[in-house]
Amino acid sequence: MNDVVTRDVDFDVIVVGAGVAGCVTAYQLATKGHSVMLVERGQSPGSKNLSGGVFYSRIMEEVLPGFIDEAPIERHITRNCLSFLSETSFVNVDYGDERLSKSVTAVSVLRARLDEWLATKCEEAGVMLMSGVKVDSLVMEEERIVGIRAGEDELMAHVVVAADGVNSFICRDAGIRNKEPLKYLAVGVKSVIGLPRNVIEERFNLTGDEGAAYAVVGDCTNGVGGGGFLYTNLESLSIGVVLRLDDLVSKEETSSELHDRFLTHPAIEPFLRGGELLEYGCHMVAEGGQAMVHDLTRPGLVVVGDAAGLTLNTGFTVRGMDLAAGSGVAAAKAIDAALSKGDFSKASLDAYCAELDKIFVGKDMRTYAKAPHFLENPRMYGAYGQLLSDVMYGVYNLDTTPRQRLVSGALGALKKSPLSLLQLVKDMYAAGRSL
Amino acid sequence: MRKNPFGTVPERLDKNRYETDVEQSHIEIDQKAAAATGAGPLLVRVCPAHVYSQQADGTIGVLHAACLECGTCLAVAPPGVLKWHYPRSGMGIIFREG
Ligand SMILES: Cc1cc2nc3c(=O)[nH]c(=O)nc-3n(C[C@H](O)[C@H](O)[C@H](O)COP(=O)(O)OP(=O)(O)OC[C@H]3O[C@@H](n4cnc5c(N)ncnc54)[C@H](O)[C@@H]3O)c2cc1C
Ligand code: SF4
Repeated sequence: MNDVVTRDVDFDVIVVGAGVAGCVTAYQLATKGHSVMLVERGQSPGSKNLSGGVFYSRIMEEVLPGFIDEAPIERHITRNCLSFLSETSFVNVDYGDERLSKSVTAVSVLRARLDEWLATKCEEAGVMLMSGVKVDSLVMEEERIVGIRAGEDELMAHVVVAADGVNSFICRDAGIRNKEPLKYLAVGVKSVIGLPRNVIEERFNLTGDEGAAYAVVGDCTNGVGGGGFLYTNLESLSIGVVLRLDDLVSKEETSSELHDRFLTHPAIEPFLRGGELLEYGCHMVAEGGQAMVHDLTRPGLVVVGDAAGLTLNTGFTVRGMDLAAGSGVAAAKAIDAALSKGDFSKASLDAYCAELDKIFVGKDMRTYAKAPHFLENPRMYGAYGQLLSDVMYGVYNLDTTPRQRLVSGALGALKKSPLSLLQLVKDMYAAGRSL
Repeated sequence: MRKNPFGTVPERLDKNRYETDVEQSHIEIDQKAAAATGAGPLLVRVCPAHVYSQQADGTIGVLHAACLECGTCLAVAPPGVLKWHYPRSGMGIIFREG
């Protein structure tokens, strides 16, 4: 199908949403010489956006060389801690590595600052930024998307990019993407706690701009699928829980109480002590992995970032910003080619999907395709935290009863727990195959 | 329940910045549908900002000005209970951290 279009347009490309995905797409297209408008409903880019805050930012060095030095990033993550909680205990796997500080792959960020900076870079590259404008709907001519509508105004473009985040109302209202099942969605509830720089560095054993990232599973969500996170910024901590909606609904839990339960857990509270609350927020997280990645193109439309379901929760890390950036790179490449051919058919724009498949975005989505199913396992959020702490208790609680070897102690703890050995082996096998 | 040292949810929201749309609410609840489906307690529980509250007369109160715009209520509400869209251009929560 070859339908060359020479219609009158206001811009070559209109990008809806100035998050990471939208900014990267707009920036790349502008630097290739196309006329681009970037529309953002927030008063300033970033003012509606919230993430946990660890950006696996290597991809940004390709987009904006010097990103690590120039962007408003908080800390370089050099310590990663996986923490299993039971109601009264914690078992940590704490991983620090000098190699992580020599070649930076992960940084902590606060989105209000990062996105505003990215949008400024877009403007410098020639993008027309329209903040404080909510796009109400897509303008369609039969199956083809030809522009956007905001209030009374209609603006036309050869290609519209939906970079409007996980809820993507513009795609949903146009019937392009349906409402996702609840098990593919989670709500993140987060607090940013201000603390002096030196206090953070002492509490987390950091020097200079080094940073720590804690991923927490087990008791913190009281059995609701999801987990907790605790990330260090320069002068604040990002802390919160991610709660899968199917479980939140069926387990009759209250989201704000689960957030409070985590912040006041005896293993977590000392980190926050004496701090000042700077902000309390929440945001939806896409949790479906590969299963949510569908309907990425239509004639005249490309869907990127969270709007396209491009988020990965592996249990250890929540990744979305790097995938958003990667999808922006792939989309810009495909749209650039479509503009030079003058062909905006679905077949032409499908080059975007092929490009995604080629780079880390598509590859990682496939690698972790089984992770969401594995993480639905309720034992991850209860029994395992308790089992681990019972094993450790047996090792360290030297109460003058004769010691057992670690393995028999562990088997004893397993016997007391509601888990069976077979289940444990099965889950470990599943973990190996999906994470 | 251990007490959060950073205050109650409303106290915490006081620290946030909002551009409140005083002319129109972006959340509309169908009280009849809510009562028929028993959606009230669900909305009260899931909303991290405590936008929804059970009123003495059995209806559900909606404090749209507190909304953090996550979309959770819309995702879990039974069909027909909620009309929810993003606030008008530039209105609503203004995250300064994110
Ligand atoms: C609690 C939590 C923790 C997370 N932790 C991490 C993490 O540690 N690391 C990581 O990499 N990822 C993390 N993520 C995921 C990450 O935040 C997202 O994947 C990422 O923000 C997606 O970027 P995006 O540009 O696609 O969408 P968004 O950042 O959501 O941007 C969408 C933009 O579109 C705008 N918009 C929406 N609708 C309209 C409209 N109609 N008109 C105009 N503008 C509109 C919005 O205002 C927004 O600016 C986390 C998410 C949450 C919620
Ligand atoms: S969108 Fe989120 S914050 Fe707003 S009312 Fe719904 S659940 Fe509450």
